[in-house]
Amino acid sequence: MNVNKILIHILAVAIALITLIPFVWMVSASFMPQGGANQFPPRFIPESFSLEHYLRLFKSMNIARNFLNSLILSVSITGLSLLVNSMAGFAFAKFHFPGKESLFKLLLAAMIIPAQVTMLPLFLMMNQMGLINSYLGVIIPGMASIFGIFLIRQYINSLPDSLIEAARLDGATDFQIYWRIVLPLAKPILVTLGLFTFMGTWNDFMWPLIIMTRENMYTLPVAMANLSGEHAQDTELMMAGAVLTVLPVIVVFMALQKFYIEGIMLGSVKE
Amino acid sequence: MKSQRFYKVWMSPALFLAPALLLIAVFFFIPVLASFLMSFTDFDIYSLADSSNARFVGLENYKNLLSDPLFWKAMRNTLYFVFVGVPLSLLVSLGTALLLNSKLIRFMSLFRLAYFLPVVTTLVAVAVVWRYIYHPSFGLVNYLLGLLGMSTVDWLGNPKWAMLALIIMAVWKNFGYNMIIFIAGLQNIPPELYESARIDGAGKWQELIHITIPMLMPTTVFVSIITIIGYFQLFAEPYVMTQGGPMNATLSIVLLMYQEGFRWWRMGYSAALAFVLFLILFMATLVQLRLQKHYSGV
Repeated sequence: MNVNKILIHILAVAIALITLIPFVWMVSASFMPQGGANQFPPRFIPESFSLEHYLRLFKSMNIARNFLNSLILSVSITGLSLLVNSMAGFAFAKFHFPGKESLFKLLLAAMIIPAQVTMLPLFLMMNQMGLINSYLGVIIPGMASIFGIFLIRQYINSLPDSLIEAARLDGATDFQIYWRIVLPLAKPILVTLGLFTFMGTWNDFMWPLIIMTRENMYTLPVAMANLSGEHAQDTELMMAGAVLTVLPVIVVFMALQKFYIEGIMLGSVKE
Repeated sequence: MKSQRFYKVWMSPALFLAPALLLIAVFFFIPVLASFLMSFTDFDIYSLADSSNARFVGLENYKNLLSDPLFWKAMRNTLYFVFVGVPLSLLVSLGTALLLNSKLIRFMSLFRLAYFLPVVTTLVAVAVVWRYIYHPSFGLVNYLLGLLGMSTVDWLGNPKWAMLALIIMAVWKNFGYNMIIFIAGLQNIPPELYESARIDGAGKWQELIHITIPMLMPTTVFVSIITIIGYFQLFAEPYVMTQGGPMNATLSIVLLMYQEGFRWWRMGYSAALAFVLFLILFMATLVQLRLQKHYSGV
């Protein structure tokens, strides 16, 4: 047994402990009885096991509603954005029309504008349209994504033109080509992008914080931020809320890890 | 005949592009322009009720900004967060990438998963957890400092330490992302380079300095810029953990923009702040393009 090998593994385990211990403590504290987490030295195993904080979140804080809000927004934005962005990505990849290159370059250049710049007028627009405190107020601005169009275009570009020409000779319409040939072949990139969109929407904070001002419309992160202002002393309650917030993204990530890692690589490919 | 040709060339792509382009035009480009115009007006709570109350004030907002001590405080804080946080985060990312890329390591994918977990979790939830980890009397961090015989710190309550506390948390949360990109960069370095270095009698350290780091340069440039852009947008951490305090020690540009715009409804002023942020990110991107050209030209 090599000394270096042992040292490397000790280091690797130490770093893993640093990244994981906050999660272990979060889960464990969420099951402690009231006051159990505020002890010195900190405990990792609850003295007694209690579900009271979860029950309180569901019974008196109505967290199920916040959970549902997050789920509705994440699922509908993911589905709609895949549709809208894959259509545009297909057009940019496989059609020839005047002005295509400059239009695409304009979109890419706009990617450097941070979202915060749009938020003030967007809020006023949503206010005019009566979409404050509505799902649509989050869904509509979240649907089209330049980054999504870019990723899908790159992928569809690599599909051979001959497939499309053959289908056209067989009399397929452009929509049939998109729906029956291109989309099934683009499945890997759609899964990757869908995963990014789902997790991004679930974790998003600033825009939902701005547009959802009623408690029953809060997403989980907004509800958490609000709770942490009002119930800062209820450590165990806050940890139970944090567990409920991160659990779905962790489960989804674990299931589709491979696609997520690939997505990071695709996003870092420079043009 | 001509219109038929026009139809053939334009109609189909236009139908496929329409939904995305319409959404981007209405809910992205128009707000960007509106925000730009707004930054030259005194749009405030009265204009919220009736937008004809807003008046054109020229560069007033920008002038006020530059003479506002709170703006400079936020700017200094944000620069501190970026220029301490980004190098620290990149060092940890590179270090862990080298560790996981080592030939000696076993269970690599398990470690990678553990290091990556903070990246995918919800920032707000994690910030709430870390508020308790930083608790002055019951928190884990102070407990560990105590075990090591060091004096404890009121991390989020002391203006001297609060921003550093946010930096440590941000590095913990984000390093896994760049680690993945660095691992791919490491795997793209041709193994022949190391073989010939070994024949020349180079040690591990020399390999790192003379082969690994120079070969990773394009990756490093890319990763630094996306990380700098991300760190400049610091918002949720101070919002949840410190509300910008203590004594504005963690007030960031975006948090100030949010407070001015959506708490005090001074939207003209807030829009000017947003454009200052945009200007900074724009310059960072220009630097990236320049550097990328440089390194791909080699």
